[in-house]
Amino acid sequence: MLMVALFLFQHITTLDLPTQDKNPYTSAADIEQGKKLYAGRCAGCHGPEGDGGKGANLATPTLPRGGTDLALYRVIRYGLPDTEMPSHNMTQREIWQMSAFVRTLGRAGEGSIRGDAKKGEALVRGKGACLGCHVVNGEGGHVGPSLTDIGVRRSPLYLRNKLVDPSQELAANYSVVKLATRDGKKLSGVRMNEDTYSIQVRDNNLGLHSFWKQDLAELSVEQRTSMPSYAKRLTDQELNDIVAYLATTGGPQ
Amino acid sequence: VRAPLVFALVSSLSAQVTYERILKAETEPGNWLTYSGNYSAHRFSALTQINEQNVSNLKPLWAYQTNSLQKFETTPLVVDGVMYISEPPSNVTALDTRTGRPIWKYRRPLPDDVRACCGQVNRGVAILGDLVYVGTIDAHLVALNSRTGAVMWDTTVANYKTGHSITVAPLAVKDKIVVGIAGGEYGVRGFLDAYDAKSGKRAWRFWTIPGPGEPGSETWKGDSWKTGSATTWVTGAYDPQTNLLYWGTGNPGPDWNGDVREGDNLYSDCLLALDADTGKRKWHFQFTPHDVHDWDATEVPVLVDGQVRGKQRKLVLFPNRNAFYYVLDRLTGEFLVGKPYVKQTWAKGLDDSGRPVRAPNTMPSLDGTRVWPSVAGGNNWYSPTYNPKTNLFYVAVREAGSMYFIGDPEYKEGEQFNGGGFRSVPTEQEWGAVTAFDPATGDKKWEHKLFSPPWAGLLSTAGNLVFGSTTEGQVFALHAATGKPLWKFQAGGAARSNPISYSVDGKQYVAVAMGNSLYVFGI
Repeated sequence: MLMVALFLFQHITTLDLPTQDKNPYTSAADIEQGKKLYAGRCAGCHGPEGDGGKGANLATPTLPRGGTDLALYRVIRYGLPDTEMPSHNMTQREIWQMSAFVRTLGRAGEGSIRGDAKKGEALVRGKGACLGCHVVNGEGGHVGPSLTDIGVRRSPLYLRNKLVDPSQELAANYSVVKLATRDGKKLSGVRMNEDTYSIQVRDNNLGLHSFWKQDLAELSVEQRTSMPSYAKRLTDQELNDIVAYLATTGGPQ
Repeated sequence: VRAPLVFALVSSLSAQVTYERILKAETEPGNWLTYSGNYSAHRFSALTQINEQNVSNLKPLWAYQTNSLQKFETTPLVVDGVMYISEPPSNVTALDTRTGRPIWKYRRPLPDDVRACCGQVNRGVAILGDLVYVGTIDAHLVALNSRTGAVMWDTTVANYKTGHSITVAPLAVKDKIVVGIAGGEYGVRGFLDAYDAKSGKRAWRFWTIPGPGEPGSETWKGDSWKTGSATTWVTGAYDPQTNLLYWGTGNPGPDWNGDVREGDNLYSDCLLALDADTGKRKWHFQFTPHDVHDWDATEVPVLVDGQVRGKQRKLVLFPNRNAFYYVLDRLTGEFLVGKPYVKQTWAKGLDDSGRPVRAPNTMPSLDGTRVWPSVAGGNNWYSPTYNPKTNLFYVAVREAGSMYFIGDPEYKEGEQFNGGGFRSVPTEQEWGAVTAFDPATGDKKWEHKLFSPPWAGLLSTAGNLVFGSTTEGQVFALHAATGKPLWKFQAGGAARSNPISYSVDGKQYVAVAMGNSLYVFGI
């Protein structure tokens, strides 16, 4: 019975995988069609050129999760669990055409952001004071999200934009929360989770709080983060250096 | 202590579930004999032991865990102390309601290449006589002995290799078992079937897409009718007075590219009224002609009597996935009421016959077209509830939009045939609600907001309560007259099912599947 169960479970995720390992749709016409599909379905997160957005950077010669054609097919078809990458119900041909176009993005070069990763690391520790709020490789603060593998999860252009305008495309669990309880207690912090009846909040000293909404007199969840903009605090070159450093986190791409 | 328990189990299992018992389900509220509680699909319990005064004391008493990570969508049936549930993908378990212990299990081996667009799910079983009926993901209808789980017959409904599957809970009517088909994302030709309950022989089939020369065939271009879908994957209702079955049909195929199937595409996105003995069509009403947004009319039709514009009528209520609330005359199919109940941007409104007037620039496109409601609609397959005590109709509604894409309409047998796709609208906050409607007018009486759009149905009770559950894992109870929240429990997994209530040994319980477990609550 157990064998049957395991067998079935394996097949749930591999049902409509193609039989071939290599992409059979790589002609110029396929890539052109793939570009159209990409513009509609992918560009919103990965950027029109694959180098900007909250999705992973696709404008690299090798894709960490799409090393082989079949691996890339699987990522597009089924998405990546526990990430924002969704599954896509498209025909096999469409997924292959989209994959073919994604492969061309890697040949587009390194993108517009040229920085010095060594200088960037020094800025992260020093002038930028990023470690005051963010952890990188076990070192730093916890007010903001960990940056240990941010280079794999976010594209350089996205990171560059985030440094300038941190509240764009805010992750659901980093919204600023302000609340007051019915017995007069006030609190502000970031939202860690929320449902119909309750909300979980982390204050700026990393204190964890949970409230039933019925006990709150006021609750506002703002679509902004407490991170400041670095547009005026750092030069353009310094911003690029930080991005170059962050792009190295999470291992080689 | 143990001897009476054994005695009780043995004695209770001797009872037969006759058609007459299901017909008069209201007279034995301790049992839950059919998917929606009664043939009118009210999902209402006349039990009052758990009520607005004491519901705050409700506690989980036992849980049953499935061994599957697939969505657990079952509606349990309860007959004389035994609970019958389906488990994903196509399994059935009989549980002793006093202890939560399994009495028997039916575990169906499945081929490794079954197709299911949206999960290998099952929404429940039917029971008639001493047989329990389950539809399977490989498109069979199976009859099991209610005391042992032994297979008594196993009928092939369709070939699963062409994308057919069964996820719907069958409906037992008279001496027949009515069962619908899924596969609307695979370009199947939809149908609704009835089988002789004793032998498993097919009694009738209604093709939801007319063949060449039949009325309605002119609403399909060329050969597109062959792959036009219009499936029947949610359990309908039955009116014994008119002997009519009311059953919704799914989206036309391919879902998002209508260019290959010009026309209204009958009977996709329809409510069908069929003679229960013959399967002959009495009337139909199409909610979304030439649908390109995947707005299946596979919601549960709810039968009530009420006054519309001063005249007492037999009604069918149908809050549709396309964001409009419909009231039809269930004898004739006449359109009586239609109004939006959630945000919608696709139609300017409905004309006098109930036909939508489309808004411009709402068709799926290569770049994506932003339209409300979302692909999942204003509500979906999960059940609403009608409470005759409050005369309110409760629906778990979804407030969301989608980006709709057009794509290749390439048909290959057994492969997905979508012609496009969808994704959520960036930056848009989605939410949900339990909304109480005046059934005959569709006017909102109260609303209980939910943090995110729900995927779970509702139960109302004569104890003045409405039970529901959330995507964030809470089971909750609301005051039926006001919507005030009275009780909640965090079950630890997203809700994808409908609650029921029953009683055993004089005590009332509430049961609902949450995450991958079934929970039973009592006081």
